[in-house]
Amino acid sequence: MCAWFAPRPDTPGGLFDAGLADRSLASNRREALRLMAAALLAAGVLPWPVARAAENDALAFGSGSLEGALSALGATLDPSPEIRLAVPDFVENGSVVPVEVTSQLSGPQTIFLLSEANPFPLVARFFVPEGTLPYVSTRIKVARSCNIYAVVQAEDRYYSAVKATTVTVGGCGNG
Amino acid sequence: MAEPMRIRARSKDGMTDVHVLMPHPMETGFRTDDAGRPISAHYITDVEISVQGRTVLSATLSRAVSQDPLLYFRFNGGRADDTLRVVWTDSRGERRSDEAKILGS
Repeated sequence: MCAWFAPRPDTPGGLFDAGLADRSLASNRREALRLMAAALLAAGVLPWPVARAAENDALAFGSGSLEGALSALGATLDPSPEIRLAVPDFVENGSVVPVEVTSQLSGPQTIFLLSEANPFPLVARFFVPEGTLPYVSTRIKVARSCNIYAVVQAEDRYYSAVKATTVTVGGCGNG
Repeated sequence: MAEPMRIRARSKDGMTDVHVLMPHPMETGFRTDDAGRPISAHYITDVEISVQGRTVLSATLSRAVSQDPLLYFRFNGGRADDTLRVVWTDSRGERRSDEAKILGS
C-alpha cells in the first residue's frame, strides 16, 4: 500500500488508512502543545511571544493544507524575482527530491519550504542569521506531482517562488 | 543511537561551504511494515549549526524531509581548524551532537 501520503478521497478504505490515524495523532500532539504553552504562559514561565510562537509552530507544521500552514505562519504568497527555487521538472522517486533556494535579499531571514500535495505541506524552515548566505539546499519528500513553494520572510515581509514538479513514483515510503 | 553525522566544511576566500548528512530514518508515521502494521513517526525536528559558538544556521524540519537529511549552505567567515558543531533533536527527544574541523582551501 502506498502509505506515505494521505489517502485519496476516492479510496474507499481511505478513512482507515494509517495516514489519517497519524493525522489525528498529530492533532492530539498539537493540542497537547497548545495546552502546555497555555499552562506555561499562565504560570508566567514563558513570556507571551514565546508561547505564541510555540503554538503557531505546532499549527503551521501540523496543518493539512497549504493555506492553513501559510495562515498559521502569518505568511502570504508574494512572487518575487529575488527568490530562486530550483527543483527538478521531473523526479522519478518522490521520496528524494533535491530542492535549492537562493534569495537575493540581504540581512537575516527565514526560508520556508512547502510541498502543496503533502499531507502536511510545511516541509522545513531555516533561520538564516546575519553572516550566513540566504541559500539552502536539501532533499525532501513529495507526495505526488504538485507545486513546491519557497517562502522567504525578511523584515516582516514575505517573498515567494513556486516551481511545479512531476513525480513518477510518489514519495511513497513503502515502494 | 543514531550513527555519527558526516560533516564537511571547507573555507575558501573568507567563505565556508558546509555539507551535513545526518543519518536518521525520518519515519513519517504513514508507512507500514511487511506485516501491515503502521511504523510510528520518528523524525528530526530541530537542527542547530554553530562555529566557535556562533550560530550559522538553525532549522526546523518535518517528517517530509528525506531520510538521512542532507543540508548544504554557506556562511561568511570561518577559518581552517575552527570547530563546526551540529546538534539535532528528534520527535522522540533523542539528541545527537557532532563536530568537525573546518578544512582550509
